[in-house]
Amino acid sequence: MEAHPPRTSLWNDPKARGIIFQALLVAVLSYLVFWIVRNTIGNLEKQNIASGFAFLDTTAGFGISQTLVSYSETSSYGRAILVGFFNTLLVAVVGIIAATILGFVIGIARLSNNWVISRLAYCYVEVIRNIPLLLQILFWYVAALRSLPSKREEPLSLFGLVDMNVFGLWGPKPIFGEGSSTAVIAFIAAIVITIFMRRWAHKRQDATGQQFPVGWTTLGLIVGLPLLALIVTGFPISFEWPVFVDTGPVFGRGFQLGVGLNIIPELVALTLALSIYTASFIAEIVRAGIQAISHGQTEASHALGLRHGPTLRLVIIPQALRVIIPPLTSQYLNLTKNSSLAVAIGYPDLVATGGTVLNQTGQAIEIIGIWMLVYLSLSLTTSGLMNWYNQRVALIER
Amino acid sequence: MTDLSYVRADESPNLPPPVNTTGVIGWMRANLFSSIGNTILTLIGVFLAYSIFEPLIEFSLINAVWEGENRQACVAPPDSGLHVGACWAYVKAYLPQFIYGRYPIDERWRVDIVYGLFALLLIPMAIPGVPFKRTNALLLLIAYPIVAYFLLTGGFGLQIVETNLWGGLLVTLVIAVTGITASLPLGILLALGRRSNLPIIKLVSVIFIEFWRGVPLITVLFMSSVMLPLFLPEGVNFDKLLRVLIGVTLFSAAYMAEVVRGGLQAIPKGQYEGAQALGLRYWQMMGLIILPQALKLVIPGIVNTFIGLFKDTTLVLIVGMFDLLGQIQSSFTDPTWSSPTQAHTGYLFAAMVFWSFCFGMSRYSLFMEKKLHTGHKR
Amino acid sequence: MKTKFLPVVLGAALGVAATGANAAKLDDVKAKGFVQCGVSQGLPGFSNPDSAGNWTGLDVDFCRAMAAAIFDDANAVKFTPLSAKERFTALQSGEIDVLSRNTTWTMSRDTQLGLNFAGVTYYDGQGFMVRKSLGVTSALELSGATVCTQTGTTTELNVADYFRANNMPYEIVAFEKNDEVVQAYDAGRCDVFTTDASGLYAERLKLTNPGDHQVLPEIISKEPLGPVVQQGDDQWFNVTKWVYFALINAEEAGVNSANVDEMKSSEDPNVKRLLGTEGAFGEAIGLSNDWAYRVVKHVGNYGEIFERNVGPDTPLGIARGLNALWSKGGIQYAPPVR
Repeated sequence: MEAHPPRTSLWNDPKARGIIFQALLVAVLSYLVFWIVRNTIGNLEKQNIASGFAFLDTTAGFGISQTLVSYSETSSYGRAILVGFFNTLLVAVVGIIAATILGFVIGIARLSNNWVISRLAYCYVEVIRNIPLLLQILFWYVAALRSLPSKREEPLSLFGLVDMNVFGLWGPKPIFGEGSSTAVIAFIAAIVITIFMRRWAHKRQDATGQQFPVGWTTLGLIVGLPLLALIVTGFPISFEWPVFVDTGPVFGRGFQLGVGLNIIPELVALTLALSIYTASFIAEIVRAGIQAISHGQTEASHALGLRHGPTLRLVIIPQALRVIIPPLTSQYLNLTKNSSLAVAIGYPDLVATGGTVLNQTGQAIEIIGIWMLVYLSLSLTTSGLMNWYNQRVALIER
Repeated sequence: MTDLSYVRADESPNLPPPVNTTGVIGWMRANLFSSIGNTILTLIGVFLAYSIFEPLIEFSLINAVWEGENRQACVAPPDSGLHVGACWAYVKAYLPQFIYGRYPIDERWRVDIVYGLFALLLIPMAIPGVPFKRTNALLLLIAYPIVAYFLLTGGFGLQIVETNLWGGLLVTLVIAVTGITASLPLGILLALGRRSNLPIIKLVSVIFIEFWRGVPLITVLFMSSVMLPLFLPEGVNFDKLLRVLIGVTLFSAAYMAEVVRGGLQAIPKGQYEGAQALGLRYWQMMGLIILPQALKLVIPGIVNTFIGLFKDTTLVLIVGMFDLLGQIQSSFTDPTWSSPTQAHTGYLFAAMVFWSFCFGMSRYSLFMEKKLHTGHKR
Repeated sequence: MKTKFLPVVLGAALGVAATGANAAKLDDVKAKGFVQCGVSQGLPGFSNPDSAGNWTGLDVDFCRAMAAAIFDDANAVKFTPLSAKERFTALQSGEIDVLSRNTTWTMSRDTQLGLNFAGVTYYDGQGFMVRKSLGVTSALELSGATVCTQTGTTTELNVADYFRANNMPYEIVAFEKNDEVVQAYDAGRCDVFTTDASGLYAERLKLTNPGDHQVLPEIISKEPLGPVVQQGDDQWFNVTKWVYFALINAEEAGVNSANVDEMKSSEDPNVKRLLGTEGAFGEAIGLSNDWAYRVVKHVGNYGEIFERNVGPDTPLGIARGLNALWSKGGIQYAPPVR
């Protein structure tokens, strides 16, 4: 065999051509980047716009309606953006949890033998996922807001625990007194014990075939241990209830600001809309995942004497998860990104607070850069976590 | 001898199945009341359905106001205790604005022609089995955009209409259709780039795709409306609609690339090898063998991307453009029609319009999926 | 050459306006034949499009006055509706020639954003609107109130300062667009709606029952609103400035759109200089000498513009107040044409 291929012209040599193409691409791209950077610098200089991140330390001067970390008008712009970031995280986490639960319920309901239930689930999915999310957010905010009692009227009460009016949900706020850290420690201890217990139970089942009531023990441990700790320390957690006043100065009436737990209506509307919308996609993913498992699996487990519940829990769902997880990940990412629609209803998320800072300082490039960086890293973190989980549940082939 | 016979010579008549296993009753027994748990579920479901649909029907049909000149028609007289439902009279009064935005009234025939031509070209394109697909595609993808561009913006003796007068469904459709048409070629290039053997091209494609898929559309829109002007040399500036279109196109190109990549991956390796064995060059192989098969496979995916984009066009209202939802929202501040149910009615109307478009397209996508299921899938 | 070539090609290909980077704005404007004017997205009385897309309002009329001065045609102007967020970038990037969008003149905007404020077409101040049923008469009773406002404006900062200075607790809900603020206030999400007082009167028209709401007497800030141009082009800055001054001077001299033709033969040297029958003041700023005549002829003087758009006989019903001429108890004052 000839070791050297016959000489070809440079143009026809795939290797050389590849290099030429790539060099061209690099040249065009670097020129484009250079062109943009030069224009931008020129524009900024000419228009005397400040650049750099020094503005982050300047006093913000504006108020924010929901702050998870301490913030006041005298805090800095950087702090304001941080507040927005935490608000985004809050919506994303609550939304993901709610959407997952709702999505699994609806997805399984779609496969129900019960005609009414499966039809309802079908209607839910087809209606909700074909209506734009922004419209749903606006609906929950504007339409629902107009139907709620106003600030000074008698609020709607849900189960006597939570009150609802145009200012959102009002509920008891837990106050952690001295000694409540014991309960936290007990809670962590319970989790650690549970993990070890599960391993032990697994091993024992493998060895002897005897089952251990893992579920009940876990529940008992996780609820019981902290409870025990609380009783021992004399119940240091108290609840601060919201106070409704209907006399006195007109702006003092209604629920008192800062007393009790207040969830602002923007957050309620956004979380509701996000989780309802995303749940419709998750339901479809769950349905497809379960349907992907061949019917033989169900029949085999029935033949082994497992009832419907254990069949689903021990045979179908673990296998279906493999199919479900990758698309589920992208739904979580979508939900996180979609939480930026908060800006339409005045919920102070990252985009909304960043937008305010952008207006005050005029430093568009820096702010938009921060946005993109934060969302990119959130996306990468979420997909990283989900990939790790996916690897754990993935089929390990011999 | 008597003719004794112990075997029946003729068949006994078929008895009807037991009443409770056929017909409505049987169906209900099997599907609704097969066990106690199931019965409870059924009752819960019926209750749920009733509590959702009853108020909805009452609001949108029974208590609705269909005719009227202004808000008086949609406001219940005080102390009458009447519940006024949807104010369809308001939607009727605003309908032209919802369809055309503030496009000059005398020039609206141009928009009608654009809508009409689009339907005329798209319908034969979408129905499999109609001939002249190639001519049709060329007309739709090359001739139509040019004609539509001049009809909508003006020129050649037509009055110039600024894009800030456009609005309503017109803007929604322009953004969605342009976005999808422009992002398809870009998406194909990116997908090919991502599967390329050339490391730099692959890297650039991956970074591009992952970047746009990692950020929310709203930040992209802010970028195109606030940041893009700074990137350009002084004195060069784009129309706002064009800037939004650029943002939307780049954004959906990344999603499109992933859809196309799925199609490319589904083509068996033999097809690539076969093409190479025939001595085809890369672009010949892609253009003649691989892409025609891959694109056909991903038509449902493309339609789904389009549905997503169609819904996402509503976001442009946040950067101050008036798409259908934006136009509806801006009509809420008109004192002539302000009534307690105005916002509910407007949103319900928007929901119905978007839903019918999206649901129609998703049905079409399902239909194509079934039709295209030709055994290539692995 | 190549660097210049790309934008031109891009511009030509996409059908956008490409103009020379360093040419004088006035020459650019004259060459393209119209003034590109940035206005708000809809604020009755200041800049508001009707259903046919015709813009009216005080800010709009200022742009028309500029068009009249340059082209002798009040319609040689195109309007770009801008959000609070976009307005400065639009001006900085040259997308618009002049920003006439109820924009407050502040030191940081004047010095840090590369902008120049050409004058004050409307002296405004931030006020509060509440429901009449609350029985509130003064802003000092607003302790504990929830306040709705638009983000990205000076109002958001002023309200924070005001409540802090008076030691009153409050809660703020900030929205991206003015229409959203109106909707939220109308739905009862907040007790107080705050923005420039002129804006309050304008937005009140959009509420379900405008009669149920009142504007409180306190004005908590100085909000001089005026047209803005890019920094660094003195000629264009001068044109903008002097169109504004011409409007004021015309009112002071008693010249209005009805009598401007007769006034042309007036013997009053002030009027003669203003209307260009004496001297060559227009040519000095690159316009024709009858520039002020054109402005008054097509658009009217400042008083006419005010009465037509926001005055007591309009739905807004705003009194002249600070915006009366200096000779009539207000602070509108213009340097003489001399």
